[in-house]
Amino acid sequence: MVWSFISRTRGRNRFDLTDWLTWGYLIFGILLMFGPVLWVAMSSFKTDAALSEYPPTFLPLSPQTVIVEGYDEPLPLYEITGGEYEGRTLAQIRRIGLNAQMVDPQNPGERLNVSINDREPAREFSVAWGNYTQLFERFNFMQYFWNSAFITVVATIITVIFNSMAAFALAKYKFRGRTVVFLLIIATLMIPPTINLVPIYLVVNELGIVNSPWGVIWPAVATPTGVFLLRQYMLTIPDDLLDAARMDHASEWRVYWRIVLPLAAPAIAVLVIFSVMWRWNEFLWPLIVLTRSEEFTLQLALNAFQGDLQTSWSGLLAMTVLTLLPITIIFALLQKNITAGIAQSGVK
Amino acid sequence: MVNPLNQAAQFGYRTAFGLFEVPMAGAQRLIGIGRIAWLFLLPNLVIFGLFTFLPIILNFFYATTGSDAILLSQRPYVGAENFASLLSCDNYLDPNSCRRDIFWRAIYNTSWFVVLQVGFMILFSLLTALILNRDIPFRGFFRGVFFYPVLLSPVVVALIWKWILQRYGVLNAGLEGVGLPTVNWLISADWAFFWVIFVSIWAHMGFYTLILLAGLQAIPSDVYEAAEMDGASRWRVFSRITMPLLMPTMVVVLVLSLIRAVQAFDEIFVLTGGGPGTATTLILQYIYETGFASRPQLFGLAAAASILMAVVLLVLTLLQLRATRSQAEG
Repeated sequence: MVWSFISRTRGRNRFDLTDWLTWGYLIFGILLMFGPVLWVAMSSFKTDAALSEYPPTFLPLSPQTVIVEGYDEPLPLYEITGGEYEGRTLAQIRRIGLNAQMVDPQNPGERLNVSINDREPAREFSVAWGNYTQLFERFNFMQYFWNSAFITVVATIITVIFNSMAAFALAKYKFRGRTVVFLLIIATLMIPPTINLVPIYLVVNELGIVNSPWGVIWPAVATPTGVFLLRQYMLTIPDDLLDAARMDHASEWRVYWRIVLPLAAPAIAVLVIFSVMWRWNEFLWPLIVLTRSEEFTLQLALNAFQGDLQTSWSGLLAMTVLTLLPITIIFALLQKNITAGIAQSGVK
Repeated sequence: MVNPLNQAAQFGYRTAFGLFEVPMAGAQRLIGIGRIAWLFLLPNLVIFGLFTFLPIILNFFYATTGSDAILLSQRPYVGAENFASLLSCDNYLDPNSCRRDIFWRAIYNTSWFVVLQVGFMILFSLLTALILNRDIPFRGFFRGVFFYPVLLSPVVVALIWKWILQRYGVLNAGLEGVGLPTVNWLISADWAFFWVIFVSIWAHMGFYTLILLAGLQAIPSDVYEAAEMDGASRWRVFSRITMPLLMPTMVVVLVLSLIRAVQAFDEIFVLTGGGPGTATTLILQYIYETGFASRPQLFGLAAAASILMAVVLLVLTLLQLRATRSQAEG
């Protein structure tokens, strides 16, 4: 039953070589695409001791330590796998060449000599929630999260309003210069901000919004993609609806926000998804505009931490997971809409 | 049942847009309904003007002036000095002989990167799209699997791979496990370049797969049925039907990915920082570092380099326009 479901390709019931290759490729694909993310997520729950273990384990297993009477530091525990003391669990005092000096925690007086090939670190399952809590206690995570969220939400709202106003004008009015304006807006698709970094910085500098979230928000709120997407959709809204409202003495502004905007909701949803994605993940422009660490977005904070040798991987991994979490949740919920939206409009 | 959240959102929407009712109605009476469209266009045009069109002109001012001042009034005119400095080389095949050797290294790196990244990415995207186009169960899920990394931020992508590729990372542990020698992946120049290409394909191929898949699904099924009736082999169907009909989509994908590859920066900058040395420094990183990261900030040089990059992008975009037009017509 299950087998016939899996082998169902083009109505045939035989499972031939291409089917094997197809499924091999798909399973390899799952491992390659999800594997690295899963690995990082698992690693983010490991203690510092477990992170520095090599070869690493998949589960967050931590080398066990034990406090033995007469020793100040906790001693690492080892399972003895061979030799005289096979089967016992001993604590290591120090390693001398190929031998380790060990002690039985139950009997701290006696020192035992064990070959290092005869011992394996004793591990226990331990989830290091501390990796996550330290982000809030020591790393100012909430500040970066708030900066990112503020930029994402505000920029998306402004983008939707500005772009839908322009799209409304271009879709629903006939005026001289309409084609020119439309072409001009489409032409900006050809001018990515990367080729204008220096002068855009000057403009932002002149407006006094360097080191402010607004310096990140304003330069990219007028997206040609958004205008185009919304205009194409608004063209399909019948003019009769607008004229009916005008008969009732509605102003043009009222026609726009009471009739056209609600009807354009599907296209607006696509633009919202894009805008959230662009803004949350944006890197180069914030890197240029925001230089004070209290203004950093999550992406900038991550980048700054990874360059800082003082930072341990444990905090960095936890922060990576928290940064990819919102987008992952949105994706899990809206997978169909996102892929359909991108396939239709061909934008990213 | 009334949803309070929904109600609050509606209230917010009505208040925000309602606030503009009176001024917009007044403006409409003032300028007439014929010109009201311009009022709707105004916010967008102001933003485009300030942050897109004005900067294009300013870029040329910066490119022809010197010093590290950001204000144009404090910058002395130097003519084509910035361009000359970037382009002066004794031997164009040897970056060491160039005045701005890092610029030329970045150009060579970017050229190799563009060719290899785009080439292999399209190959794998096409393969994946062909497989996802088969009538397999859970197709939506698998489409999502390959698309997922596209949504991750470049910084996150880079850190994920940095963690895997580090000296004592899982990849080296795996290699050691099967008895292969370990490598310090991001410290060796050749391997670092390989991983930069690999990671950037990993992060972006889902997007192109999706576009190619849409292209494949647009091919009418009766063409295939006709071929099956004629007893055409699979390879013949692929080379004589699928590929020719997919060509327009392929061209769009090719040009889109070329444009993006020329401007590649984010993942690579976080993954390798352009290193080791300058082994993975691409052109946009050179512009960023010249203009913003290093002192003194050589805005003129950065602007000149970005104009040179813009020329390449312009050519690619014109190709794209031609491709989309021939797709629309064909």
